[in-house]
Amino acid sequence: MARITLEHLAHSYLPAPQSPDDYALKELNLDWEDGAAYALLGASGCGKSTLLNIISGLLTPSRGRILFDGVDMTAAPTAQRNIAQVFQFPVVYDTMTVRENLAFPLRNRGRDPAYIAERVQAVARMIGMEDQLSRKARGLTADAKQKISLGRGMVRREVNALLFDEPLTVIDPHMKWELRTQLKSLHHEFGHTMIYVTHDQTEALTFADKVVVMHDGRVVQVGTPQELFERPAHTFVGYFIGSPGMNLLPATIEGDRAYVNGIHVPLGGRYGPLAGGTRIGVRPEFARLSKDEGLPVRISRIEDVGRHKILRATCFGTEINILAAEGEAIPAEASRVVFDPANVNVYADDWLVAPAQGSAA
Amino acid sequence: MEKTVNHKAWFLVLPVLVLVAFSAVIPLMTVVNYSVQDTFGQNQFFWAGLNWFRETLASERMWDALGRQLVFSGIILAIEVPLGILVALSMPKKGVWASVCLVLMALPLLIPWNVVGTIWQIFGREDIGLLGYTLNALGVDYNYTQGFFAAWTTVIVMDVWHWTSLVALLAYAGLQSIPNAYYQAARIDQASRWAVFRYIELPKMQGVLMIAVLLRFMDSFMIYTEPFVVTGGGPGNATTFLSIDLVKMALGQFDLGPAAAFSLMYFLVILLVSYVFYTVMVNMEKREGK
Amino acid sequence: MADAPALPASRVLPRVNARAVVMVAYLLFLLLPIYWLVNMSLKTNAEILGSFSLWPKDLTFRNYATILTDPSWYMGYVNSMIYVVMNTVISITVALPAAYAFSRYTFLGDKHLFFWLLTNRMAPPAVFALPFFQLYSSVGLFDTHIAVALAHCLFNVPLAVWILEGFMRGVPKEIDETAYIDGYSFPRFFVKIFMPLIASGIGVAAFFCFMFSWVELLLSRTLTSVDAKPIAATMTRTVSASGLDWGVLAAAGVLTIVPGALVIYFVRNYIAKGFALGRV
Repeated sequence: MARITLEHLAHSYLPAPQSPDDYALKELNLDWEDGAAYALLGASGCGKSTLLNIISGLLTPSRGRILFDGVDMTAAPTAQRNIAQVFQFPVVYDTMTVRENLAFPLRNRGRDPAYIAERVQAVARMIGMEDQLSRKARGLTADAKQKISLGRGMVRREVNALLFDEPLTVIDPHMKWELRTQLKSLHHEFGHTMIYVTHDQTEALTFADKVVVMHDGRVVQVGTPQELFERPAHTFVGYFIGSPGMNLLPATIEGDRAYVNGIHVPLGGRYGPLAGGTRIGVRPEFARLSKDEGLPVRISRIEDVGRHKILRATCFGTEINILAAEGEAIPAEASRVVFDPANVNVYADDWLVAPAQGSAA
Repeated sequence: MEKTVNHKAWFLVLPVLVLVAFSAVIPLMTVVNYSVQDTFGQNQFFWAGLNWFRETLASERMWDALGRQLVFSGIILAIEVPLGILVALSMPKKGVWASVCLVLMALPLLIPWNVVGTIWQIFGREDIGLLGYTLNALGVDYNYTQGFFAAWTTVIVMDVWHWTSLVALLAYAGLQSIPNAYYQAARIDQASRWAVFRYIELPKMQGVLMIAVLLRFMDSFMIYTEPFVVTGGGPGNATTFLSIDLVKMALGQFDLGPAAAFSLMYFLVILLVSYVFYTVMVNMEKREGK
Repeated sequence: MADAPALPASRVLPRVNARAVVMVAYLLFLLLPIYWLVNMSLKTNAEILGSFSLWPKDLTFRNYATILTDPSWYMGYVNSMIYVVMNTVISITVALPAAYAFSRYTFLGDKHLFFWLLTNRMAPPAVFALPFFQLYSSVGLFDTHIAVALAHCLFNVPLAVWILEGFMRGVPKEIDETAYIDGYSFPRFFVKIFMPLIASGIGVAAFFCFMFSWVELLLSRTLTSVDAKPIAATMTRTVSASGLDWGVLAAAGVLTIVPGALVIYFVRNYIAKGFALGRV
């Protein structure tokens, strides 16, 4: 297992990239700690698969270096990196039995048959397929096939990292949960470094210790699920994570106050002068209705989703959402919204701005 | 896909049925009719029972032609299938060159069969053909109208030239259907080139290769025009395959009875072999579909 | 060719080269005989027989002029094109509903019928040559284009049904059901909705029908004498008392390659998919 470091890494699929737009992956520096479970989260086409393929060596980056435990592996072929990868669509060798599938990576590396047999047995137990070892892989269900691909990765004891490229896409919903749980317990038990690419925030947040959020070829935030929720570093994170996402309102910032269309909104800290387009971001969880204070809103719809209600509303032409507890009565005359000052974030040109003094946390 | 039971579907098949019956059943009945009759000319026929069949089965001529035919089909399958796979594996996967290769490769398939014969007839001649001239200049005694070995080689090389592309294009289509993830997984598993071929590419090509083998077997078993133009079945009877022999018998010597009996048995052999292929293929499709 | 090399960088180069070598060698093997034919068609007979040369020293288009100005020559091409097009249209027209039936419904004897159809693709033309001659003579169709077109249906219709059935199986049945719910009648649904969906399949089937009808000689020669004589049969004319007219023979051969080459050029982007016959 190893610590993986990406230095000034960038990639373009074009032979001679000119502008930043030509890069599928814009320059980034990132450390993946040994033994941690990461999720790489972003919408499709944001560059997460590109990043994954660079780590596994299926792609060579246009610029920058990739280090495993400080050793430069940028030019090393996939096989030398000792990486395992599970793909979106299950890849199994149809004509082989489950046992042969699991033994395949070790056999290719010329390992001793006794050792192979022992590892195959161990891995079959980990993925719970001991009783199906002699079956042909053809005709197995998608989740069984995905387990085999996972097993093929884990069969190599010295594997540096396990990479997952949206591995649950073709799995039935109820099996998704089971496989994810199994992955998590395997991670606890064996401590592999895991990088899990997904566009599904639930998958990312439940699986990972740390989530790397990507947007438009850029890593916009690396953090624990809680950090992503409370302090989204970029408006995209705020909008992408959470259901519904963060409310964003154009505002001018003066010291510890924000003004939305001239109406005063208190902030949790004091901010210096800001350049560019400024907005305030508040999660629906930290907004509540009021009769006489805050910003005027018009409620357009109320959705009851079980544990709570989502109020869809308009505030100066911007759609916002407010969460209300299940039992909470919604007064008919409520026409204003109040935000919890400690949880109002300030963004300048889409990036989070830290208060100059008076921490909000 | 689940199919619905609907006997009215017969109406949809009716046009095909009528057309093919007109083109196949009536002529086939004629053949059957001839096969059990004898004639002394002037359109006078009389019942000959199974005599022609007995005679044909006993005739060395038919067994020789069948033997030659089997050897020929066996050889060209043994060459064209591996060569076609090799070519498919060597083809560029995308881009302009892929299109160029595809177009050039498909070219021999669209040339009328007798022109294929003419091309090789010319190409192989020792006086005006590039191949024949070069070989003879190199001191090889090559003359496809006289040498047994030269005639066979020419006919086989011609068939390889003519049809390998069909196998290659089918195999290529199979290869194109393999998702990139399979190759990536193989790299991660450190699979050798051979292992990639054996465990990824070959299984995915299996279906189309069966079609290729079936088509090549059927068509090579019926081959007539190309060798007829080049060698005329000679030297002697060296390249007289079943169809050539049959046409000689039926149209050349007008031995309708034996020719008809011969035809029917010929057809039966093809049917039998093809049926085996077909059954295997359908079973395979069923298994894959599961 | 440089994409997705499955080996370490140091070993990539030789492998790419090996592939290129195989490809170039194979294409050379395919093109050399054709080049030789073209080469000969541009020579005079004197040059062909007199000296051996890799390219025409005395370039002439006289051979082509001979063919293109003589109706008994160029009508051969016209005849061939007529029956090939007729055959393609007939084959596809009757094969479409049948393929639909096979791909969507189970009915009495469907499997046997399907195999019986395929057996006709396996019937050696040599077996059918004489009976066809007698059949079409007796119904007065001998030496007509339609006779050849119908005869070629023997192997093209089963092939077209087989190919189309493969493509149709790939179209989800829900599409049919949705169309019926939307009030489409069967013919209107078939033409307006279904056929566009399997357009590529129809193209492939038409390509194969064209191909096999265009290249066949035995039946087309047996069933014609003058009025519908195909170009392939006309080529035997070059044998005369004074020996073979090699130049004209070669030129006629080259001209028979042209229609095929044109068709391939137009379908070049679909060849790879097409050859899978909808079964990959």
